Amino acid sequence: MYIGIPRALFYYKYYPFWKNFFESLGYKVVLSSPTNKEIVKKGIELCVDDACLPIKVFHGHVADLIGKTDAIYIPRIISIEPKEYICPKFLGLPDMIRNSIPNLPYVIDPELNLYRGKNKILNHILQISEFLNVSKRKAFVAYNKSLRIQRQFDSQLVEKQMIPQDALYNNQEISSNNSHIKNSNNLKVLLLGHNYNIYDDFISMGLIRKLQKQNINFITSEMVTKKIILEGTKKLEKDMFWTLGKQTIGTAYYFLDRKKVDGIIHVASFGCGPDSLVGELIEKRTKRDYNIPFLYLNLDEHAAETGFNTRLEAFLDVLEGRKYFEDNISTYG
Amino acid sequence: MKITFPHMGNIYIPLKTLFENLGFEVIPPPPCTKRTLELGVANSPEFACLPLKINVGNFIEAFEKGADTIVMAGGIGPCRFGYYGQVQREILKDLGFNFNMIILEPPQGHFFELLKKINFIINKKNNSIKDIIKAATLAWKKAVLLDKLDVEICKLRAIEITKGQSDGLYNYNLQRIIEINDEKEMSAYEVEMLKSFSSIPVNNDKKPIKIGIVGEIYTILEPFVNLDIEKQLGELGTEVYRNIYITDWVRENLLPSFLKPKDYKKMLDLSRPFINCFIGGHGQESIAQIVNFSKMGFDGVIHLLPFTCMPEIVAKSAIPKVSQKYSIPVMTIVLDEHSAETGFRTRLEAFIDMIYHNKEGKDFARVCTWN
Repeated sequence: MYIGIPRALFYYKYYPFWKNFFESLGYKVVLSSPTNKEIVKKGIELCVDDACLPIKVFHGHVADLIGKTDAIYIPRIISIEPKEYICPKFLGLPDMIRNSIPNLPYVIDPELNLYRGKNKILNHILQISEFLNVSKRKAFVAYNKSLRIQRQFDSQLVEKQMIPQDALYNNQEISSNNSHIKNSNNLKVLLLGHNYNIYDDFISMGLIRKLQKQNINFITSEMVTKKIILEGTKKLEKDMFWTLGKQTIGTAYYFLDRKKVDGIIHVASFGCGPDSLVGELIEKRTKRDYNIPFLYLNLDEHAAETGFNTRLEAFLDVLEGRKYFEDNISTYG
Repeated sequence: MKITFPHMGNIYIPLKTLFENLGFEVIPPPPCTKRTLELGVANSPEFACLPLKINVGNFIEAFEKGADTIVMAGGIGPCRFGYYGQVQREILKDLGFNFNMIILEPPQGHFFELLKKINFIINKKNNSIKDIIKAATLAWKKAVLLDKLDVEICKLRAIEITKGQSDGLYNYNLQRIIEINDEKEMSAYEVEMLKSFSSIPVNNDKKPIKIGIVGEIYTILEPFVNLDIEKQLGELGTEVYRNIYITDWVRENLLPSFLKPKDYKKMLDLSRPFINCFIGGHGQESIAQIVNFSKMGFDGVIHLLPFTCMPEIVAKSAIPKVSQKYSIPVMTIVLDEHSAETGFRTRLEAFIDMIYHNKEGKDFARVCTWN
């Protein structure tokens, strides 16, 4: 039996776990194609029009899997950290899919809710075992094995500063981000944004590729340890209840405080609820207390690559100028 | 210490009573106007939802009148409202205002913090527990009375013979409720108010169609944001009910779970299988209430949400199926700072025409479109 996994949203975070888990239970895992024009178009057609781009793209990926698999795995991800949520659209994702896409194959939608403690992950595993009708024991063995692989993947991102795609396919050589780190003369940019936006080559219009090509070192919130994020969020008066928002703001505050970056790029999708507030907080702080350039890139299905490139290039020019010529230029020309 | 708080429909009346009876000076923001909106939009993040922007406008206008302390509610997510206070504080700080902000977070592990904050507010004036209870009861009674007024006027508006009469009555009663500041007088006034409704001549033969309003609470309760939808629908000759009134909101959100009304949980279950779990805000409730309204024999439902409201977007995705299964027409209206009254009115009229047409079809079994 084939189980389909849409190549969107938390694919960039949990794919190693999902793949190994289902494979050790004896299923074959099918991925949807990498995001392309066709998928985005399909997603826009199917999805409710007020949703954000990544949710629309997810709809497209699910539609892409129809006919290729016997079942599709769409977990209801309520919370992945105690006392935190992801976003209401994640909470209702399986409902949205069921309500908007006709002729779906069997949908496996177990609930992943760690709001009341990390050990609640076992409920999730139990639910999957019920969905698939496999024994609990087998499921737990698979869980333990996959957890190890997931941890390996996570630590690879942090230690080697890799991006998920490279870590997933073990492209040790291609992960050029690695080699840049050694060259401390390069510009260092903090790349903020949700993993499913910045790592999706199509959605982010090759932002990472473009940075690599220009020999820019970049850090994302997946490449830092939890400790750093917590250190950064200490400055908040109220604990943030969005996991991704907390990661973003924690990373930003940490690096801003230590003046370790030359610039910040914040990538957000149009209509993203949490980011509209998180972005504002970061931008306000950067403007008020630190003298660091900040680029806010807003993505939606109408974004055009040319304008995107122009803005990115202009921003990088500013960074370059600040680094090398700041003291030499007379303001009078 | 001059207290202010954001506007949300008539909620300022009980809140003002509460704080005044606790001995504080209260400066409610002036009613929401275009200026409020413009101030809010100019100073808020572009993609924040509309309530945040209007709140910011409210605060700025209240500061202009001399307020210096904001009392604001908090939350634990995943809806953005829980983080409003934090962002608004930063915005107002950047604008150079000097103020104090008290954010009341719902008890969730931090129960002591909430008590401490409430204590902080109350202790400033040395109130005894008796005073506090008295102030709270009076405020609650006002809220109950306001809700009754809203419900009755919405019924009257649809069938009044002289248009505009019920609105006059509404404003008169509203003023009275604001002025009264004594529990006994309040009870006496309640009888008087209920009597006053029958003074308006109505057309009893008219059987108005019934419309339910569901959606995000702020857009339902604040008439400035929803372009006075209740009044507009009333003028078009329909009876309007909301799914949420001020007192319901207090009962369902501020009381601990064992005190919550029992029907509430049952009602939420109606949202299955379209929405199967809590999705933040009032998303699940919107769907459940559409089903509920359909079971109660309503002719149509209007679903309101501010632009980019996350929970209601999920709810919106379920509406076509709900509407089909329970055969009730539902219209979604997204509200933001660009909403214009004319287009809005046209949509309402079209929706109501469609419902009338539907009804005719049902009555005559077959209607030719060309005769």
